[in-house]
Amino acid sequence: MISQFLKSREAILVAAIVSLLALIATRFPAFVEPGNLVNVFNDTSTLIILAMGQMCVILTRCIDLSVAANVALTGMVVATLNTLMPGLPVAAILLIALVLGACLGAINGLLVWKLQIPAIVVTLGTMTIFRGIVFLISDGKWINAHEMSAGFKDFPRMELAGLPMLSWFAIVVVICFVVMINRTPLGRSFFAVGGNPNAAVYTGIDVGRTQFLAFTISGMMAGLTGYLWVSRFAVAYVDIAGGFELEVVAACVIGGISIAGGVGSVAGTLLGALFLGVIKNALPVINISPFWQLAISGSAIIIAVAFNAQQGRTKGRVILKSAEHTA
Amino acid sequence: MTDATHHHVPDRLTTPLQRTLKSWEALLLAVAVAIFLLNSFASPYFLNAWNLSDATFNFTEKAMIAFAMALVIISGEIDLSVASIIALTSTAMGAAAEFGVGTPGIVAIGLAVGLACGAFNGALVTGLGLPSIVVTIGTMSLFRGISYIVLGDQAFMNYPDSFAWFGQGYVFWVITVELVFFFVFAVIYGVVLHKTNFGRAVYSIGNNPVGALFSGIRVKRVKFILFLLTGVMAAIASICLTSRLGSTRPSIAFGMELEVVTMVVLGGVNILGGSGSIPGVVIAAFVMGLVTFGLGLLNVPGIVMSIFIGLLLIGVIALPRLFAQIRQSRS
Repeated sequence: MISQFLKSREAILVAAIVSLLALIATRFPAFVEPGNLVNVFNDTSTLIILAMGQMCVILTRCIDLSVAANVALTGMVVATLNTLMPGLPVAAILLIALVLGACLGAINGLLVWKLQIPAIVVTLGTMTIFRGIVFLISDGKWINAHEMSAGFKDFPRMELAGLPMLSWFAIVVVICFVVMINRTPLGRSFFAVGGNPNAAVYTGIDVGRTQFLAFTISGMMAGLTGYLWVSRFAVAYVDIAGGFELEVVAACVIGGISIAGGVGSVAGTLLGALFLGVIKNALPVINISPFWQLAISGSAIIIAVAFNAQQGRTKGRVILKSAEHTA
Repeated sequence: MTDATHHHVPDRLTTPLQRTLKSWEALLLAVAVAIFLLNSFASPYFLNAWNLSDATFNFTEKAMIAFAMALVIISGEIDLSVASIIALTSTAMGAAAEFGVGTPGIVAIGLAVGLACGAFNGALVTGLGLPSIVVTIGTMSLFRGISYIVLGDQAFMNYPDSFAWFGQGYVFWVITVELVFFFVFAVIYGVVLHKTNFGRAVYSIGNNPVGALFSGIRVKRVKFILFLLTGVMAAIASICLTSRLGSTRPSIAFGMELEVVTMVVLGGVNILGGSGSIPGVVIAAFVMGLVTFGLGLLNVPGIVMSIFIGLLLIGVIALPRLFAQIRQSRS
């Protein structure tokens, strides 16, 4: 049992994160103070929430490249609503963000389910469409802090037991996903669809519908993040979270989610996101220009996917490979 | 297995859509003509030789990459890193220009970097057997990331005057250098894909990689060459684009991979591999160029045009499938 855990992706990631922190601590001990670690976690919360949704999509052999554009669109809509109706309670805003995000995700899901268009094409398309709609809504203008109501802006910063609301959202989302992935038929069907779609059909699982639900969940998480992102930074404009979809995919791939579907865990995804979060927050501390960020996440994706392939190889023979090919 | 008796191997998958696909190029050509006529009625500035010549810049660079991308997609892979290869090659060329390298040297460095990027993608996909979509999402960040590391918020713009020929030069009257490049590469890629053994190999790999392997095609080598070609074509596009803009910033050609993939898919190439044609891609390039030019004349902002591109990408794939489904449910 223990030796199996030590060889697992989760153990390697924990070791990597701890040694990374230890390395930084030798030069900059302030970085590992609890207060700062809370900040790092809080800063990574949006990535964690989005990575959880993306995990479901990748498990079913799809990919969702529209999440960042979904964040921007939902964020702009709720920010615009807030300027028009400052009295709208945060609970209503949250509900709108979740529903709108889920609807946008469902559009992706329907195209994949009903028309069997490859997910990469669908989400590449909706990515630009969503961003374009943000421009149409906002007319290219920014919504700045002074235009937002205090309640709207302060909510993610409100502290509960020493942790900001934003962090609590990430924790609650992770718990929900642990339960959903491990304890519900839907969670199991994600693995079944990704592992072997043909077999999934024979066990009575609707592959397309499962993929649709994965996209809807991913969209819902993007919608939630949309509100949190806009209110946290107190600004909404066309390019918010630009390119963030790559970081989300990177977090999943680093966390051991196989792009071929069917392999992965919530803990791995969480650790993958935290790994990127620690690097991102450590770069300015160790005096490396933030311009390195993009190249580092790119390298991390490549190394992680190469690593995933190596691990997959030792798992045993793929039987029925020819049958899977016809799928 | 009744197909075994047939001696004729079709380029296209035999699907219920076969009839639609057969006339795809014809349909596309009709669309191009319709857009052309629509544009000439909508704006008095459209039917002007110099304006039309300028409009070709909307698609020439993208189309050059799209030819190589078409082959990659037909073989069942994808390369999302092309726009980032443009950024990296442009950065390398800009750095060389800063050191006073002449135009031939700059071009050689650009081609070498493009080739290296393609080789890197190809090695990861064929050597390690990794899925091309993830590899190229990774290298998409990596290549552009290196540009950001080198340039940060700076720009290279000390290009020699003679370098301007590629993106700003004219061969004859309104015929630009880029347009000539576009037609030359269209012919080369058309011949390679439709008239050579290599082209047949690309189709067969896309239709059935295992079958291709068993029939003696070196699948990995062909795929590696395709990634090399994409890298080189991205480098050539980068030379043209850099020369036209006269400067290099790390954000150069951001998001262009989407337009290239859209062009390829619009041209009738099956995104799952196995079918498609270069003439289709050529017409698709004209369609996209005319649409963006026409919208530009009507003062539509670039980001709104990108909505059209996104809708085009999804619509082009979705509509035939939707009609096929409706037809099936009726019969």
